[in-house]
Amino acid sequence: MAFWIASSPHNHTQNETSALMRLVIYATIPGIFAQWYFFGWGNLIHITLAIITAIVAEFTVLSLRDSPSQQHTIKKQIFDGSAVLTAVLIGISLPALAPWWISVIGAIFAIVVVKQLYGGLGYNLFNPAMAAYVMLLISFPLEMTSWQPPLELMNFDLGFTNSVYVIFTGFTTEGFSLEQLRVNIDGFTMATPLDTLKTNLTVGLTVGESMNEPVIGEHFGIGWEWINAAFLLGGLFLLAKKAIHWSIPFSFLASLFLCSLIAFFISPDSNASTMFHWFNGACMLGAFFILTDPVSGATSVKGRIVFGALAGILVFIIRKFGGYPDAVAFSVLLCNMAGPLIDQYTRPRTYGHQVKNKS
Amino acid sequence: MQKFQINKEYKDIAWQGLWKNNPGLVQLLGLCPLLAVTNTITNALGLGLATLLVLIGSNITVSAVRQWVPKEIRIPIFVLIIAAFVTCVQLLMNAFTYGLYKSLGIFLPLIVTNCAIIGRAEAYASKNPVKQSAFDGLMMGTGFTLVLVVLGSIREILGQGTLFDGANLLLGEWATVLKIEVYHLDSQFLLAILPPGAFIAMGFIIALKNVIDDKIAQRQPKTENKSIERVRVNFDAQ
Repeated sequence: MAFWIASSPHNHTQNETSALMRLVIYATIPGIFAQWYFFGWGNLIHITLAIITAIVAEFTVLSLRDSPSQQHTIKKQIFDGSAVLTAVLIGISLPALAPWWISVIGAIFAIVVVKQLYGGLGYNLFNPAMAAYVMLLISFPLEMTSWQPPLELMNFDLGFTNSVYVIFTGFTTEGFSLEQLRVNIDGFTMATPLDTLKTNLTVGLTVGESMNEPVIGEHFGIGWEWINAAFLLGGLFLLAKKAIHWSIPFSFLASLFLCSLIAFFISPDSNASTMFHWFNGACMLGAFFILTDPVSGATSVKGRIVFGALAGILVFIIRKFGGYPDAVAFSVLLCNMAGPLIDQYTRPRTYGHQVKNKS
Repeated sequence: MQKFQINKEYKDIAWQGLWKNNPGLVQLLGLCPLLAVTNTITNALGLGLATLLVLIGSNITVSAVRQWVPKEIRIPIFVLIIAAFVTCVQLLMNAFTYGLYKSLGIFLPLIVTNCAIIGRAEAYASKNPVKQSAFDGLMMGTGFTLVLVVLGSIREILGQGTLFDGANLLLGEWATVLKIEVYHLDSQFLLAILPPGAFIAMGFIIALKNVIDDKIAQRQPKTENKSIERVRVNFDAQ
């Protein structure tokens, strides 16, 4: 009787890329639901567009690269969920009523240039979704900053049909343009809470006065606070499922908290509160879904803590001193660049080896 | 027989300059002006022609004086020769194509530091007779100009949706009719106009060249081994 002899390890985890990606996509659902509730159908339409484009782009590049004998791996790679996840993240981060070609160009750039040209899944230096977002923000500043106000502040009833019409033609069925949709009852164009705060600070209003703006509402921003809370919920679900490690979200949020706390103590009139920073913009999305990207981040626990802390500091600095109101995408890209260096200096000690003598 | 060999030599120089050893695509020299000013075809063509003129002039001069230049101080002498030609071209452009002169800005005098030019002076013109050197300068300059024009047209189409916008700056008033609106853009695609777009487009052009080279290499199997190749040491030594 012959035994089948194999070398260790004998117990394998059955996790596959596709299972992990599927889990992360499920975890974005609460956040997408909150976006739908407060901002209407726009983001869902963009997510759909981006997914279709990403899969077509992925298929094109893979079939250009691989020989016909590898057809089954092409199929596997297309449906491993990484392209879909990238597309979902792009769709979430776009302004809800941006024109349709924004998400199409973004998804093509993310998949073809940022992901596949660097070598495909596992080789990309930058987070594809955020690189695409930054490319779009720099290339089309007008379209990418035309944020729509929350539905409850809008003068118009924006249903599904109207969202589709605005995204594809630029006008609603009644002929209102996006610019008209963004105008409040009192004739002011509305922006995101972060944007409003930044503009108000430049014209000399204090933070306390800015908090009375209609777009900010009772707490930190109508809609935005709940979207961020929903992404926090999804992130906690991922943590509970052990799909992501606690280190990056924890250190990112802690360093953002600390920076904004210090600034708030120094000058409460010109610095928003800590929770305003936490529950606005793409903060929670970045903390749990983008910075935790296993490919473009740091690898060791110590390295991840440094990585997250650096991202938090950068987000605060760019939000406070930079030209753009939100900063998650920029700081993610900067941290991706710093990733290999962080890994170099936080290499964990090999088991059984001692730390080099310091004497 | 003699004539045939000379023909072959010129053919070889042309092939090297235009494709195989193209200063823009293969040597990757002179990238600074290549990436900075190629946001429209007109700018690209203007800078390409200026570089071409300087390259021919400097190659001829360097080749003509190559017997008398001491080896130890050849680089400063080459730079002085190139600077003289650049000054001529700059003054000419200032006089006759003032708009283009303004839009090229600092990159026109910066042709002095263009490695493609000093590279040809050092690698080819200082070792070869005047006639070949002039032809080499013409071919290398044409190759460089072609890359500039291709890059410029890609960026202009993607960025503004036009072709030959502002051609009147280079060619005179009649050239305004050359402007073609390929498609209409409400908002410019800024990435294609900004320098990062130049890097990305350049990468795609180089990739395309490599693909074509691969295809050519696949298409002609094994017959090459029989023919005797002339090895041009100076091209590989740089």
